[in-house]
Amino acid sequence: MRAGGEARQHRAGWAFVAPALTLIGLFFFLPVLAGLVLSFTDFDIYAIGQPDVARFVGVRNYAQVLANPLFWQALWNTFYFVLVGGPLSVLASLVAALLVSSRLARFPGLFRSIYFMPVVTTLVAVAIVWRYLYHPQYGLLNWALGQAGLGPVDWLGDARTAMLAIILMAVWKNFGYNMLIFVAGLQSIPEELYEAAALDGASPWQRFLHVTLPGLAPTFLFVGIMTMLGNFQLFSEPYVMTQGGPLRATTTVVLLMYEEGFRWWRMGMAAAIAFVLFVIMLVGTLGQMRLARERR
Amino acid sequence: MSRRVGVGLSLGVALAAGAGLLAGCGGGRGPVTLRFWAMGREGEVVQELVRDFEREHPDIRVVVQQIPWGAAHEKLLTAHVGRSTPDAAQLGNTWVAEFAALRAIAPLDGRVAASAVVTRDAHFPGIWDTNVIDGVVYGVPWYVDTRVLFYRRDLLAAAGYDSVPGDWAGWRQAMTAMVRAGGPGRTAIFLPTNEYTPWIVFGLQAGSTLLKDDDTRGDFSGAAYREAAAYFLDLFRRGLAPTVTGQAIANLYQEFERGTFGMYISGPWNLGEFRRRLAPEMQDAWAVAPLPGPRGPASGVSTAGGSSLVIFRASRHPEAAWRLVEFLSRPEQQLRFYALTGDLPAVRAAWRDSALANDPHLRVFATQLERVVSTPKVPEWENISIKLQYAVEAMVLGGAPADSTLAALDRDVDRILEKRRWLVARGRAAPGRAAGEGRR
Repeated sequence: MRAGGEARQHRAGWAFVAPALTLIGLFFFLPVLAGLVLSFTDFDIYAIGQPDVARFVGVRNYAQVLANPLFWQALWNTFYFVLVGGPLSVLASLVAALLVSSRLARFPGLFRSIYFMPVVTTLVAVAIVWRYLYHPQYGLLNWALGQAGLGPVDWLGDARTAMLAIILMAVWKNFGYNMLIFVAGLQSIPEELYEAAALDGASPWQRFLHVTLPGLAPTFLFVGIMTMLGNFQLFSEPYVMTQGGPLRATTTVVLLMYEEGFRWWRMGMAAAIAFVLFVIMLVGTLGQMRLARERR
Repeated sequence: MSRRVGVGLSLGVALAAGAGLLAGCGGGRGPVTLRFWAMGREGEVVQELVRDFEREHPDIRVVVQQIPWGAAHEKLLTAHVGRSTPDAAQLGNTWVAEFAALRAIAPLDGRVAASAVVTRDAHFPGIWDTNVIDGVVYGVPWYVDTRVLFYRRDLLAAAGYDSVPGDWAGWRQAMTAMVRAGGPGRTAIFLPTNEYTPWIVFGLQAGSTLLKDDDTRGDFSGAAYREAAAYFLDLFRRGLAPTVTGQAIANLYQEFERGTFGMYISGPWNLGEFRRRLAPEMQDAWAVAPLPGPRGPASGVSTAGGSSLVIFRASRHPEAAWRLVEFLSRPEQQLRFYALTGDLPAVRAAWRDSALANDPHLRVFATQLERVVSTPKVPEWENISIKLQYAVEAMVLGGAPADSTLAALDRDVDRILEKRRWLVARGRAAPGRAAGEGRR
């Protein structure tokens, strides 16, 4: 009797998750599997016209990806963005979160909305405005540099500064999202801990170091991983602002994948790039989680 | 934007489906709705021409879908994969090979043979040839485009020349004289390294086919292309062309006016720009000339650019679509289109009109258009052009040695063309004669 009820419960449970599982299977696992199969073929523009000329080529796509200097440059550019842009973005989010959560702050709701605004603004609109800011002759940024007596910099046109310019814009555009998560994290730290620390004579800085930061540790892990995953997939910003130039300085792995897949129609190659990136991101995520576990 | 296009697309599909239904009910007597895609400014302007076409053919309605140039290639390809291609479209003529390989566009030989309006002889031979893939016609030239030499007449005169010499050796002497007469800081010709067209043009002039063995291998390390590379690298080495990236010349028109350089290879769109952007007193000081060639004017060939009109295989109204193509190919419509867009007419008869025949700049273009050569008609060509551009960049800016760089380029190109070699070996590369013919 009892066991029958449990089985019925099991069945009910499966029935409830079945729609979601079906959708995930159909629209996530199936395409991923198809992509994996695709990465071992040379499916290209000829194969779109006559599917039977697609050939299984084993790991040739992977070998060519790893032998392609452009891939390594794209990987380097992507790492540059992840390693410089990521921490910068998290730091900006944290500072903004502390500011809008401070008891001294007036109109915290208003500022929270203002800082969040870039996140919900269309990227193309933002990119156009930032292109003006970066303009070598008429840009605000160069005007400010000129006031300080520094020469004009062709931010997006110079291979040395283009990625930096993209990072600045991306940080500005996205810090609001992580800020909200940090705000939530800050609110979950019990007020008593601050009071106890203050009674023990801890300075504000010490309270930040020993109460706020440890209290935010789980938030940091979440924000860190999500930011890293997002940054590895950098595409829209360089696609809109620089199309991967100048001299390929802003070509990221996903942009390269897009070019292979939708410009040259080498779908097999594009799929291989996607899976190489997947492995790199998986390693990065596991590394961050291990780091967090060891600290605990 | 893509969503709006999507809505327009589904609307178009719905309309077409509706028209199909109507046609079904009325036993083929109902009006036919044609979907026609055109790019950018052309898409905007063609609406006006299409209204007249509809007046002539009350049984045909044309829905023009305007798509931005930047997204056109992607849109057409995704439309093909998603089986929602229009009946007819404008296609950049370098894309014809690709869409033929995709089995997306229909062969037109039969229609051309039966047509009084669209004939091979009515067009510039080099331009027409870009639409012929493995002996089969896939497109009808709509408007044309090529590159000529824009130059400063006054600077050339100061150097002792009253016209641009027609051969490479003489041209180089004239450039040397221009630099000498101009003094320090002057160069003769601006050849931007972030473009690939000049390097293709020099190669074609030297007689290189760029690809060899039935377009299955690169021929950049062949003797002809090596001759071309030796010539243009020498221009940089002698200081006749500035060794800078394209981006370093911020304002082309300003530098041309200043005389930083006195020559520039460019296309018809710059006629208007030069008129608009150069000072009024400059207007008599510039002119255009046909490109010089290694062995005199006849070898001074240029690129065969422009757009073609194509009909998609999936079209259910190819007859009506062809009537639209014929209408747009009439000399008077070509002239109207020129007046509205400035795009150069593809039909030679239109060039006899006084609007074109009396313009000295356009006469130069007319001369050049008789000497244009198609680039290899393979879907991989654009990718190969970009590889060529990188190789030239490495030679000009990075000082890489020519022979080894061109050999490495050929290896790269051979890798890109591996699939094509495999297909050619099996007789599957030619789209018109493929085994899967007529399946759709």
